[in-house]
Amino acid sequence: MTATVAPPVSPTIDPAPIERTFPPPWMRKVGTISLNVYAGLGLLYLFIPIFVIVIFSFNQPKGRFNIVWQEFTLANWKDPFAIPELVDAFKLSLEIAAISTGVALVFGGLIALALTRYRFRGNAFVNLFLVLPLTTPEIVLGASLASLFIAQGTDRGFLTILIAHVMFCVSFVALTVKARLRGFDWSLEDAAMDLGAGPMRTFTKVTFPLMIPGLLAAAMLSFALSLDDFIITLFNAGTEVTFPLYIFGVRQRAIPPQINVLATTVLVVSVALLIIGTVAGRMRERSRTSPH
Amino acid sequence: MASAMSPKTSGSGDAAALGDVVIGINQVTKRFDDFVAVEHANFGIRRGEFFSMLGPSGCGKTTTLRMIAGFEQPTTGQITLEGKDVSKTPPYKRNVNTVFQHYALFPHMSVFDNVAFGPRSKRTPKKEITRRVNELLEIVRLGDYADRKPGQLSGGQQQRVALARALVNYPSALLLDEPLGALDLKLRQAMQIELKRIQREVGITFVYVTHDQEEALTMSDRIAVMYEGHVEQIGSPQEIYHSPASVFVAGFIGVANLLPVNIDSISGANALIQLPGGNKVSLPIGSLAPVVGGAATIMVRPERIFVATAEPEGDLPHLKVSVTDLTFQGPIVRAAVRCADGTELVTHIGDGDDLPMLRPNDHLWLTWEIEAAKLLPGVDERHTESTESNTALIEV
Repeated sequence: MTATVAPPVSPTIDPAPIERTFPPPWMRKVGTISLNVYAGLGLLYLFIPIFVIVIFSFNQPKGRFNIVWQEFTLANWKDPFAIPELVDAFKLSLEIAAISTGVALVFGGLIALALTRYRFRGNAFVNLFLVLPLTTPEIVLGASLASLFIAQGTDRGFLTILIAHVMFCVSFVALTVKARLRGFDWSLEDAAMDLGAGPMRTFTKVTFPLMIPGLLAAAMLSFALSLDDFIITLFNAGTEVTFPLYIFGVRQRAIPPQINVLATTVLVVSVALLIIGTVAGRMRERSRTSPH
Repeated sequence: MASAMSPKTSGSGDAAALGDVVIGINQVTKRFDDFVAVEHANFGIRRGEFFSMLGPSGCGKTTTLRMIAGFEQPTTGQITLEGKDVSKTPPYKRNVNTVFQHYALFPHMSVFDNVAFGPRSKRTPKKEITRRVNELLEIVRLGDYADRKPGQLSGGQQQRVALARALVNYPSALLLDEPLGALDLKLRQAMQIELKRIQREVGITFVYVTHDQEEALTMSDRIAVMYEGHVEQIGSPQEIYHSPASVFVAGFIGVANLLPVNIDSISGANALIQLPGGNKVSLPIGSLAPVVGGAATIMVRPERIFVATAEPEGDLPHLKVSVTDLTFQGPIVRAAVRCADGTELVTHIGDGDDLPMLRPNDHLWLTWEIEAAKLLPGVDERHTESTESNTALIEV
């Protein structure tokens, strides 16, 4: 114990605003600017390849390789389907992405429902198996699927690509939908049943409509993943050529600007979907929380 | 009516004896794995009454409600609705509707569509649906809110939508699962009055689950007090308050003084008991089966106790206590006192009690009318606990 008593401090006196002496204002200004520049450079690094693709879709290349800027043209955009093989490959990719997304939505959605709705034996195992396709290196997945098909004597082609894509898309869909369902109020289903709706009507009128945002997010992710998958597809494509396989295949002989055009189209469409989704979500949020 | 009902006799026979039983709970037991949620519940709910199931969390009241609604099935026993066994009937085929604890309104539907969900599921003609939905929205005073989404409503308004949605099918009974739990105190009190009004207006049986004893006392025609899966007592609020059937009921409803005593001897229908620091009293046994030397509890409500500074004359029960705490509460002064055996009691001192200025550690004599005290079987630790928590609550 000490006998000294702290001098009484009057609590009524307003403390004078403290002058911050460090860092001085100019230093802070420099700090802010350099942070912005640094962040800008980081983003630029990420986006430069994408910008290059977009810009070069307006290039008029000399020769077969669209890699050196020559002059601006809209010719590529006016004739995006000039190369039949490219168009076939692009169509095949869209087709496979659409079908595998559709199949993955059904299975993945149901898996997600089962995993969040019920506690059952093997729950943890199903979760583990869902994560496996995401964490296993693609080359392992692709190679093991290919050896399975070869061992079975299955001809590799459209169907095997589809099977491979469904396999990894199901995982992504199930995990995405599951994450969205985590906060789902299951008493809504009780309420529907309580009001006289049977299991079918409860699902179609209550559960499913509330799952749609999650399913849409999952569908976009799954579509994009399928569209740009290269490694797994390479192992299981047989003689079929998807968009990524086509680009890889022709790159030593030619890089036509139509590749850039189609790639830019995909980019624009997905960015547009993203923006629409975000805006719609914001608007829904606002209408839900606003008191009037 | 028998005023001193024991839990066993109040339950059995009730369902059969009552003429107009809407819901019958017949020897129902519900087990979840090793856990017994409800054991041998046996009672009937009458047509048009406001029936509450009251008890602390985990007492089985919500499980019982969910069994009536059809979300759970009894492990053994039967649930009847309008005389028919519905134990195995799914919820969507039972003519009862539920107001859920957190309302469970469909967030993607408007208020109108929420309320119309029931009749639409039952394929009611469109015109009829519109008429009924509007009628119900008028009853809950939300006529102007039909186009809103639930997220745009306040808690009290959502509550009323849930009520309208559950009533629109004209159910045999409306089940309410702690519907006011999420509302603040003022709104809750307003909704209590509102609920009673609506119940009178529609004349439907309400089965109300709550852990709030005040709410149950205020609103109910009859209350079933439940504890650890057992129905401890069923009766009117007055019966439950004045003649609790068990130490638990006495401690759970209102403030109760619970004095643990031993039965010294038995003469006829009375038990002779030595009060700690007081006289020997003779109390009616009522329905309990006492053993000489056995433990029992005397229950007296604080407002039934008279206070004196000198030992009272006569045979009325009385005992000497010392004051531990005095709290001014407006119309009364609440006095916490300690008996000779250390038991803490509470009494009210009003202006009518002609007493000198009291201080802690002063000695007082407590006395009460014979009928004011109830002799209850057994003693239980948890009740000293619950009286203390009541005390603490009042002192704050």
